[in-house]
Amino acid sequence: MIAAFQLLIGILFGAGLTLSGMTDTENIRGFLAPLSGWNPQLLVVMASALTVAIPGFLITQRRQCPLLDGQFPSNTAPVINKQLIVGATLFGLGWGLYGLCPGPAITSIIYGSSDTIIFILAMVFGMFVSVQTIIKTS
Amino acid sequence: MNTLTIPLIGGLLIGFSVVLAYAVFGKIAGISGITWQATVQLRRFRLSSTWPWLFLIGLPLGGLLSHTFFDLPNPSQPSTSLWLIIVSGFLVGFGSKLGNGCTSGHGICGVSRFSRRSFVATIIFILTGMITTETMQYVGTL
Repeated sequence: MIAAFQLLIGILFGAGLTLSGMTDTENIRGFLAPLSGWNPQLLVVMASALTVAIPGFLITQRRQCPLLDGQFPSNTAPVINKQLIVGATLFGLGWGLYGLCPGPAITSIIYGSSDTIIFILAMVFGMFVSVQTIIKTS
Repeated sequence: MNTLTIPLIGGLLIGFSVVLAYAVFGKIAGISGITWQATVQLRRFRLSSTWPWLFLIGLPLGGLLSHTFFDLPNPSQPSTSLWLIIVSGFLVGFGSKLGNGCTSGHGICGVSRFSRRSFVATIIFILTGMITTETMQYVGTL
C-alpha cells in the first residue's frame, strides 16, 4: 500500500511535468528568454500547480500527522543566508545554460538521449562536490 | 483544444502530486533532495526507505503514460556541446544542494507554503536563469 502510493505520487508528478511541456528544453529556454520572444508557458504551469498546492497545503497543515506514514517536517527558522543565495544563483545559471532542472531531467530519460544521462550524472556529481566541499566543512 | 489546456492539466497534476506527498507521507516533493537521498542510499547499499527510489522511478513512468494517452510528440533534443551539458548539470546539482532546493522544492512546494526562503530562492534562480539564457542567445552557443 505504502509502496504503491509512493510510486503513484511519482507517476503523477512525472505526468504533470510531461503534459505541462516542462520536459521540452525549448519551453524552458523560451521562458528564460523574456527579451527574445518570451514563452510564458512555465508561468502558466506554475500558477496552475499553485492553485492546487496552496489550498492543499493549508488544509493538510491542520492535521497532526500524515495520512499513511511518516511525520511532518519540523518547521525550521526561515534563514536567508549566503548558502541559499549562492546556491540559487548557481542553480539558475546551470538551468539557463541547457534548460533542464532535476525533475524534467529524470523524466526525460524516456526520450533515450545520452545527453540526459550525462546531465543527470553531472548533476549528482555536483551535489556530491557541494556536500564534500561546502556543506560538510561549514 | 486550446494549446494551454494540456499544460494547465499538467500543472494541476504537479500541484496534486506535491500535496499528496505531504498529506500521505509528510514528504516535501523536491526532486533535487529526493535524488540526493536516493544517491546516499545507493552509496550505503541500504534501502532505509522505499520513498526516494519509487518516487523517482514514477517520474519517467508518468512521462511514458502521458505520451501514450495524450498522443504527445517527443520533444526535439537540442544538439548541444558535451561540455555545456556537463557544466549545466554540475551547476544544477551543486546549486540545488547548496541552496537546499530546486524548481520543485522551492518553486512549487516552498512558494505554496509561503516560505520566505523559497520565495527568495525562486526569484534568484529565475533571474539568473534568464540572464544566462539571454546571454547565450547573444553569444550564440546553442
